[in-house]
Amino acid sequence: MSVTTFSSPALAQRQPNWLVRLFDYKPFLIAMCLAPAIGLLSVFLTYPLGLGIWLAFTDTTIGRRGIYVGLENFQYLLTDSLWWNAVFYSVVYTAIATFGKFALGFWLALLLNNHFPFKSVLRAIILLPWIVPTVLSALAFWWIYDPQFSIISYLLVDVLHWRDSNVDFLGSPWPARFSLIAANIWRGIPFVAISLLAGLQTISPSLYEAAMLDGASAWQRFRYITFPMMMPILAIVMTFSIIFTFTDFQLVYAITRGGPGNSTHLLATLAFQRGIAGGELGEGAAIAVSMIPFLVFATLFSYFGLARRKWQQGESND
Amino acid sequence: MTDTVAQAAVADVKAAPDTMAWDSGLRRLMMIYLPLGCFVLILLFPFYWMAITSFKPNAELMNYREHNPFWISSPTLAHIKHLLFDTAYPHWLWTTMLVAIGSTTLSLIASTLAAYAIERLRFRGSPYVGLGIYLAYLVPPSILFIPLATVVVQFGLFDSPLALILVYPTFLVPFCTWLLIGYFKSIPYELEECALVDGATRLQILRRITLPLAVPGLISAGIFSFTLSWNEFIYALAFIQSGANKTVPVAILTELVTGDVYQWGALMAGSLLGSLPVAIFYSLFVDYYVSSLTGAVKE
Repeated sequence: MSVTTFSSPALAQRQPNWLVRLFDYKPFLIAMCLAPAIGLLSVFLTYPLGLGIWLAFTDTTIGRRGIYVGLENFQYLLTDSLWWNAVFYSVVYTAIATFGKFALGFWLALLLNNHFPFKSVLRAIILLPWIVPTVLSALAFWWIYDPQFSIISYLLVDVLHWRDSNVDFLGSPWPARFSLIAANIWRGIPFVAISLLAGLQTISPSLYEAAMLDGASAWQRFRYITFPMMMPILAIVMTFSIIFTFTDFQLVYAITRGGPGNSTHLLATLAFQRGIAGGELGEGAAIAVSMIPFLVFATLFSYFGLARRKWQQGESND
Repeated sequence: MTDTVAQAAVADVKAAPDTMAWDSGLRRLMMIYLPLGCFVLILLFPFYWMAITSFKPNAELMNYREHNPFWISSPTLAHIKHLLFDTAYPHWLWTTMLVAIGSTTLSLIASTLAAYAIERLRFRGSPYVGLGIYLAYLVPPSILFIPLATVVVQFGLFDSPLALILVYPTFLVPFCTWLLIGYFKSIPYELEECALVDGATRLQILRRITLPLAVPGLISAGIFSFTLSWNEFIYALAFIQSGANKTVPVAILTELVTGDVYQWGALMAGSLLGSLPVAIFYSLFVDYYVSSLTGAVKE
């Protein structure tokens, strides 16, 4: 008697309805769990990526389906001085901005790695430029670079008396290029510094103690301990930074829109100008696709950085 | 600033008994606090400038001879009032909020399920799926926006905030999945085994055991997604045409920048107001931000 009363609820639980059983069937559950993410990514990422490469080989414009034209778009780009300008500036922009971000960011990370009061507050404040929408801080830079009311000009001319006339930040090509690079560095420092700080904190203090016992100078400790230990994380952060600096759009679009005289166009802003604003989707897509070789190069860079990390871990484990 | 002064005072006190101590105190001041102070000054100055400009009357804004540009003699709310009552700014804020919340929810659901499947249901090829999702993060929006614009038009979503809600997960899902895989890894698998032995179904385990333990990870992923979608620019610029449906970053740049004379007061007030929600959000969850940023890099 007691046995039957005991087992009937258990039996009821053992026989769940088919829906519950279906969801407990592992292959089905895996498919269901992956479906939303894979679905979203294939429809809005993989498909457009393929479509973009296809568009680059057609003469599609807004409102007209294009036909296959082979390499015509790319051949045209090779003769287009604006495209060469954009490639040139994209490379210069990425090289100088990455160098600046990493030099200053690494320095800031080393400074933050010391002990001092209010460290966590300071760390929180430093991330602000990275948190705030880029376009909005770019607008602030636009105002700081104003030809008439620039606060930097005011400081240089009226306070320090170093110059006689206002700085023309955005009016001529090279100053405009460097002003944009400075804004990009400003925006990138926090991310680099905080990521590298995390890396610095994983380096065991005993390494430094051992080096100090052996009489290593501060520079030697940095050169032979800090730097090699930071290589793997530097490689990852740098890959990300290079990819997103090379394909940057917001800063340039907000501050100069490619001007003056198309001298500050990056590949992304040129692609936007031709593809969306100008309606030449095929040509815009070709410009966007021409960024891919550079990005593949950066990703390979990351891959070899990671490979070195494994080798290094093997070294330090014994 | 006060810190450096205090440090200098400390250095001076130490100087009396021992020159070595004085030397190291001064050295510390010169090598750490001075550069650190410069960094903070430069990193924060644009925000100070943004804030001070948005409360300055136009007369002071354009006259550096009679007014010290670093301070306001007679602060005004005129720019903010203009923004809130004469433009569609509240509507833009509302659209941005809607898009950010919508895309964050969507990507959190998708990436939690995906991360659970990859990390916990372990099937043949799950590392490759994880790698594929990671690689998706390396595809920058600048390459995708032109073909995506045609996709959005094909779906009849052009000029609709729904397009943004559906498109933003392309960069949110890879990041969140990656973050959550790391979090799920840190939860002991034995807990799930116990539940399996007790006869719980997989979905029950996910809902009752794994998710409650992964709440910090979910919060990190959520706030990151919210910030990223609030800040997104290029898709919003390419897919939204009508003034009313624009998000704050796009609207300020395309609707408020008009004519030859820029309304710097209103522009800066708009930037300030547009930055505030993320800044407040950020200040509430600083630790989650820092841990997810650094965790994602270390993974």
